[in-house]
Amino acid sequence: MSGGSPGSGYDCVVIGAGHNGLSCAAYLARAGRSVLVVEAGEGIGGAAGTREFAPGFRVSGCAHLLHSMPEELRRDLALEAHGLSAAAVSMPTTALLDDAAPLAIDPAGGGIEASAHAAYDASMRRLAAALVPALLRTPPRLGTANWSDRMELLRFALRLRRLGRRDMRELLRIGAMNVFDLLHEHFESQALRGALAFDAVLGSNLGPRSPGTVFTLLYRLAGQIAAGGSGLTQPRGGMGAVCDALAAAAKAAGAVVRTSAPVVRITVDGDRATGVELEGGERIGARAVVSSADPQTTLLRLLGAGHLDAGFVRRVVRLRTRGLAAKLHLALDRLPDFSGLDPQRLKGRLLIAPSLRYVEHAYDHAKYGECSAAPIMEITVPTVNDSTLAPPGRHVLSAIVQYAPYALNGGWDAGRTGFTELTIDTLVRHAPQLRRAIVAAELLAPPDIEREFRITGGHWHHADLALDQFYFTRPVPGASQYRAPLPGLFLCGAGCPPGGGVIGAAGRNAARQITRGGH
Amino acid sequence: MAARREHDAIIVGAGHNGLVAACYLARAGLDVLVLERNAYVGGAAVSRRLYGEFTYSNCSYVCSLLRPEIMRALELPKFGLQIIPYEGGCTMMRDGGHLALYDNHDALRREISRYSKRDAEAYERYSRDVIRQCKFIRPLLLREPPDPTSCKPRDIGEMLFLARRFHGLGEARMYDTLRFWTMSAADFLDEYFESEIVKAHLAGSSIIGTALGPRSPGTAYVLLHHYMGDIDDTAGAWGFARGGMGAVSDALAASLLASGGSIRADAQVARILVRGGRTRGVALANGEQITARLVLSNMDVRRTFLESMDPADLPEDFLRQVRHFKIRGSSGKLNIALDGLPDFPAIPRGSPCLRGDLHVTDTIEMMERAYDDWKDGRWSRAPYIDMLIPSQIDPTMAPHGKHYMSVFVQYCPYELAQGPWNDARRKAFGDTVIETIARHSPDFERLILHAEIRTPRDIENEVGLTEGNIFQGELTMDQLLFNRPIPGYAQYRTPVRGVYLCGASAHPGGGVMGAPGANAAHAVLRDLGRSAAA
Repeated sequence: MSGGSPGSGYDCVVIGAGHNGLSCAAYLARAGRSVLVVEAGEGIGGAAGTREFAPGFRVSGCAHLLHSMPEELRRDLALEAHGLSAAAVSMPTTALLDDAAPLAIDPAGGGIEASAHAAYDASMRRLAAALVPALLRTPPRLGTANWSDRMELLRFALRLRRLGRRDMRELLRIGAMNVFDLLHEHFESQALRGALAFDAVLGSNLGPRSPGTVFTLLYRLAGQIAAGGSGLTQPRGGMGAVCDALAAAAKAAGAVVRTSAPVVRITVDGDRATGVELEGGERIGARAVVSSADPQTTLLRLLGAGHLDAGFVRRVVRLRTRGLAAKLHLALDRLPDFSGLDPQRLKGRLLIAPSLRYVEHAYDHAKYGECSAAPIMEITVPTVNDSTLAPPGRHVLSAIVQYAPYALNGGWDAGRTGFTELTIDTLVRHAPQLRRAIVAAELLAPPDIEREFRITGGHWHHADLALDQFYFTRPVPGASQYRAPLPGLFLCGAGCPPGGGVIGAAGRNAARQITRGGH
Repeated sequence: MAARREHDAIIVGAGHNGLVAACYLARAGLDVLVLERNAYVGGAAVSRRLYGEFTYSNCSYVCSLLRPEIMRALELPKFGLQIIPYEGGCTMMRDGGHLALYDNHDALRREISRYSKRDAEAYERYSRDVIRQCKFIRPLLLREPPDPTSCKPRDIGEMLFLARRFHGLGEARMYDTLRFWTMSAADFLDEYFESEIVKAHLAGSSIIGTALGPRSPGTAYVLLHHYMGDIDDTAGAWGFARGGMGAVSDALAASLLASGGSIRADAQVARILVRGGRTRGVALANGEQITARLVLSNMDVRRTFLESMDPADLPEDFLRQVRHFKIRGSSGKLNIALDGLPDFPAIPRGSPCLRGDLHVTDTIEMMERAYDDWKDGRWSRAPYIDMLIPSQIDPTMAPHGKHYMSVFVQYCPYELAQGPWNDARRKAFGDTVIETIARHSPDFERLILHAEIRTPRDIENEVGLTEGNIFQGELTMDQLLFNRPIPGYAQYRTPVRGVYLCGASAHPGGGVMGAPGANAAHAVLRDLGRSAAA
């Protein structure tokens, strides 16, 4: 039973008001639990927040496009009614090339290799569709005598079978393959291959030749399918608006959200988590402590290895959590002048990933603790779709930049300026007048992301999304069902299945585990 | 057309797998003919005299994977195969240090402790975990992979066998296994060790013959190969074949002849003949036709279907998948005749580790950078080499006082970015390797009497392996088990009735293992309604 002080305790205390923490809180509150969300920052959102990086200029701090938040979650929590709206949906993708005009990447658009692209897209979507239900379910444990685990595995096997022989074989073949080979099988165009490989390596510690990259692509596609037909979406007000809507939904269901309330420790009595202790010593009792912080923060720093067995701790320590994605924010006094780009395409995202070779070379540097000499980038100009993000007539450029390793040789203090300049130079190659338009610039490298958003290693996904850290083994064996191996403690962040990408499913699934467990 | 008697089965290619398949079929009473385009049998398991009285194992060079079941069933020792075990190995470091791996457990622990006490402890855990994985996988080698999309009782039975074996590991080990199969060797080793030299030494076996680097996911399980030989209870499953690797092929050939099979060398098959969806034999390059009900191809999947069959005889979809089958040249080989035993100052004199595998790659990063060169279409400027001097143990390999050195080189591309392979570039590649060795042995260059330098293209030209790929196809997850070589055709059978694959393109893949040959023969016999003779 509750170890917290009676009367003052909550059913559940959720650590962190990022999208997963808030979605978990909203589901818990809707299931009738008394819920308190404690957030260390002054505002909510965490890495899924909107930040003012220069006076009057606002931007999504990390991910800048929403594409994988399940329709079911948005509907359950009535996020639209709670203020979420899209500034743009089905945003197009354009590849910026070095010595050719920008290339529209659209499977239905009749561009280069149109029929091959359409066939590839249709096939990948069919395969990804088989993975969709996995996003919204708790992974079963393997090897138990538990019938619900066995049923879950059987259900998964049946879903594979329902793909039909041809597609099932294809999924089993390409599931662990690299995207380099897959794209060679389908396409001739260097530019198309490069652009399509981008989503496979975005946010990962992998290059196109790394086996497993087809899987990361399928994972992303599955998310898009689960999200309904809206494709790449820019939330009005930036990513923070998603968290505002989630917070509103949670509060409407009775949850309480406290900001500037950093947790210093998860309190334990005997063999169970009993609540949290805040900076300043305040203790809050709860029957269930749910952490949306990354697994290392939760288990090693807030809980402490002393409460866990040595083998489990070793797994948590070894979790690969070092980020390789940086974020560049530019405040501009005019629209950037991308050469040869149809202004309509600026409403979508622009990619710098002109060939597989380019992407692979960008990755090679990161293997040795260097930043890419020629980085890959996903660029948006969110102010084109949403003028509220900058003063009138001004613009914001938001770019995800890879690869920028957490443990940069020589350190980020020495390397930040150089890499920022290199990144801007890379942009200038496509937008010659860009430098003159820059009012302010900010580069968030993984250590900045670690500090700002309290994510160990500054990894957007809390832990590498790779086959060996996925589903049954995410974050680590023994904690893949959202339960830490300490009664009363649960995990609900991106480090849990299904993983990162502003999905919210980890929060939702964790809430279901908690309510099912009678907490 | 010459009227000749019809054979039951023709085996195309007298590589070790072709010979293994032929042996099993002949022992079951079939009339078997093996056709080999070279003047000698063995494919890539050969001993050749290319310089004086030196014998080169000029492709494959050690015997670690040959299944003991096959050795026993085909009575290879009786037919002259003698495996001489060798001990350990050593990695020489750029700073003059070395790490030796000994068979003796205590010696090995002491050696690792020189670099890290923690790693010496961890090595126990590591060996235990890897051997556990070995034991899990070993029985799958000599089984036909099930088709997971099939509803046939045999396939479902085999799937259940797999599921039960997996389940039998217990929950924690099941997760370990999932991770082991999907991790990179570098990440896997990071979970155990802190010392770079220990990791580098162990990682070597994860990249041999592959188009992957130690950081590529999916390389961890290749670490098994190092252990697969070790754990078999048959003594000497890991060692040199006395007289070179050709001794394996010679013993197989002798075993075949003794059971009534025949072999024709200098007989290049130009076409596998098909009529009405079924094979009727083969046509040789000289126009001669030889009829048979069954044709087993020991050639790789590309050479079999794209170069030796009429595309009209095969489904278009199947051909497309064959064209996508990944088979990449990534390794080269040097065979060197030496005037004496070279001195390696890093290794203590008289150390037994000099008789094992010698390496000079002392960090994982160095190995990964070697791979980066290959990706860019050049041979590694600092290659990973696996170097052995078998003449120390097997005096038949070189004249008295002289030595034969086998140097396996990773990575070397099939196609160079700078232009086509030619003699000058081959020499430059050889020089890179020789300089790499010379950095650790001051008298090495002076001792060289002759060096045979083999690029992937040379291996392809001589042995017939596409791109010189030693495994007849990449050993990545998309080409393993029921995916090897092509989903739906992983059971040695092909779209043409009577045509089977028996080479390393089929499950379980490459290495001088013999398993694909044995499995293919069993598939044939099952289709004929017979069982293998004891």
